[in-house]
Amino acid sequence: MSVDTIVSFEEAMEKYDPVLGFEVHVELNTKSKMFSSAPNVFGDEPNTNVNEVDLGMPGVLPVLNKAAVESSIKIGLALNCKIAEYCRFARKNYFYPDTPKNFQTSQYDEPIAYDGYLDVELEDGTVFRVEIERAHMEEDAGKLTHLGGAAGRIQGADYSLVDYNRAGVPLVEIVTKPIEGAGSRAPELAKAYVAAVREIVKNLGVSDARMERGNVRCDANVSLRPHGQERFGIRSETKNVNSLRAVEHAVRYEIQRHAAVLDSGQPVVQETRHWHEDTRSTTSGRAKSDADDYRYFPEPDLVPVVASREWVEELRATLPEPPAERRKRLKEAWGYSDLEFRDVVNAGVMDSIEETIAAGASANVARKWWMGEIVGRAKVADVDPAELGVTPQIIVELNGLIEAGKINNKMASQVLDGVLAGEGTPEEIIEKRGLAVVSDDGPLLEAIDAALAAQPDVAEKIRGGKLQAIGAIVGGVMKATRGQADPGRVRELILERLGVQA
Amino acid sequence: MAAINREDVAHLARLAHIEMSAEELDRMAGELAVIVDAVKSVSEAAGEDVPATSHPIPLNNVFREDVVGHLLSAEQALSGAPDSDDNRFKVPAILDED
Repeated sequence: MSVDTIVSFEEAMEKYDPVLGFEVHVELNTKSKMFSSAPNVFGDEPNTNVNEVDLGMPGVLPVLNKAAVESSIKIGLALNCKIAEYCRFARKNYFYPDTPKNFQTSQYDEPIAYDGYLDVELEDGTVFRVEIERAHMEEDAGKLTHLGGAAGRIQGADYSLVDYNRAGVPLVEIVTKPIEGAGSRAPELAKAYVAAVREIVKNLGVSDARMERGNVRCDANVSLRPHGQERFGIRSETKNVNSLRAVEHAVRYEIQRHAAVLDSGQPVVQETRHWHEDTRSTTSGRAKSDADDYRYFPEPDLVPVVASREWVEELRATLPEPPAERRKRLKEAWGYSDLEFRDVVNAGVMDSIEETIAAGASANVARKWWMGEIVGRAKVADVDPAELGVTPQIIVELNGLIEAGKINNKMASQVLDGVLAGEGTPEEIIEKRGLAVVSDDGPLLEAIDAALAAQPDVAEKIRGGKLQAIGAIVGGVMKATRGQADPGRVRELILERLGVQA
Repeated sequence: MAAINREDVAHLARLAHIEMSAEELDRMAGELAVIVDAVKSVSEAAGEDVPATSHPIPLNNVFREDVVGHLLSAEQALSGAPDSDDNRFKVPAILDED
C-alpha cells in the first residue's frame, strides 16, 4: 500500500481554504426496529434479534415504528429544521451482504426534516453556525466480520460472517450543507460539531449516543480550494470516523493530504477514504463509480408520512432545553467565571452541582464540594463523580455542620470519607471519629493564652492594630488543639483577650 | 419510442448483478423500450390535476407502536442460509467494501 504524501497543516492553510461537510448517522434507542417488531438491543448473541422482515424474506411487509418517526421529528426540531408535511421512504438499491433485502429503506428527495442549523461553540467560546441540509430516516445494516487473511481487514479476507441484529435499527442521517469559512479551525469545528450533535440527541433521549457502540457515526467530507477561489475543490469522504478525537484527526489529515496532491499539480480523486486509528491516516476506499447508482425509487410497501402541524407542535412542546442554552443559563445563574464553569463542565459535574444547589447549597458551596472534594476522589476510584455515592443532601448537611461551627472544612472532608466508607450519617461519623470542633471556650482560652505568651511580640503587634498578625496566634492555637477548634471562634476570642476591636 | 440502448441495458445488468450475453443485451434493449412506452401511457391518462403517487391506496401514517414482538431464533434465522458459522451467515469475501 502506497503511503500518501502530506504537507504540514500550517503550510496547507497558507495556500488553501478547506470546505467541510458531514453526514452523521444517529441510531435511535427505540425498543423495536424501524420496520419490524424485533428488539433494538446492542450486544446480544448474533442473529437473535431478527425476524423475517429484517432478513428480507419473500413476501414480508415493513410497518413503520411510530416512536422512531417521533424521535426523527424531535431531532429535526432540535436542529432548527423545517418538518416536511408530507414525505415518503425510498429504496436505495445495492448488493452487499449487510443488507439482505438488496436495498436499504431510506428517504431520498423527501427527507422528514430539512433546512436547519446548529450553532456550534468552539473551545474558546467562538460560535460557528453549521447549516443543516436535511435529516432523514432510514435503517441500519447488519454487521460484517471479515475472517481469514489479515485479521479484521477486508483485504485478503477469505470470507465474512454476518450478524443481522443491527439490520433494521432506526437511523437518522443528518447531512450538513457545505461548511465554509472555518479556515484553520476546521479540525476543531469538525470535532465540536459531532460533539454537539451527540449532545443534542442524548439530551433529547432519542439515542444512547455512545460513539464506541456506533450509536453516532460520522462520515467527513473535506475539500480544499485556493484562497480566493469561489468554486469548491474535489472532495473526499472519510467513512465511519467513530470518535470525537478521530473526527478532528481525520479532517486534519485529509486537509494535509489534499494540499500535497494539489501542490503536486494533480487533481484530488473523488473517493471514499478509510480512517485508521493506529496510523492516524486514511487510505483509499474506492472511487465514485457506477456502484453509486442506487436507482432510488419510492418504497411501494410503505405509505407516506404526513406530519400534521398539530403533531409537530405537540412534539416541539416536549423538547428539553437545548444543552448550549442550558449551560449559558446555569453559568449566569451561578456566577462562575468562564474558567470555573469550563472546569465544571469538563469534570462532568454540572448536573450534580445543579442538583446540589436545588437541594439548598449555594453555587459556590456546591462547586467547592464537587470540584474540591468529589472529583479527585472519583478519579482515584475510577468512576464518574456522580456515581461516587455523594448525594446533594450529604453536601448540604456537611455544609450546614460547618456553618453551625460544629466541624471545620478539614473535618468535613474526613466526615465525607466516612460517609463514602459506609460508616453512617455525618452526625454519626462525627460522634464515632470524635471530630467535633472544640466549642467549650475554657480549653480554647488556655490554648490562646499559651500561644500569646509564646509570641509576645506578635501579641503586641495585634494590640497595636496590626490585625493581619493574628494568623500566627490562630495557627498556634489550631496546632495545640490538633485542628479541632473553629478558627473563626479562635480569632474572636484572641481579639477579646487582647481587648482589640475587630 | 423510448430510447433504451444496449449500453443502458448493460449498465442495468451490471447494477442488478445479472450476467447477460451480447445477444440478450440486444434483444432486451428493444423489449425494455416497448415496456417503458407501455408504462408511459399512464401519464397520458393522468391530467394536470392528478398528483403523482407511489401507492395505489390513499393512505398515510400507517404506524406500529414501539413494542417488541415476534422473533426468530438464531437456528430459525440461519435455517435457509447456504452456509453459516458461529451463529452467523457465512458469505464469500467481498472486496468492494464501502
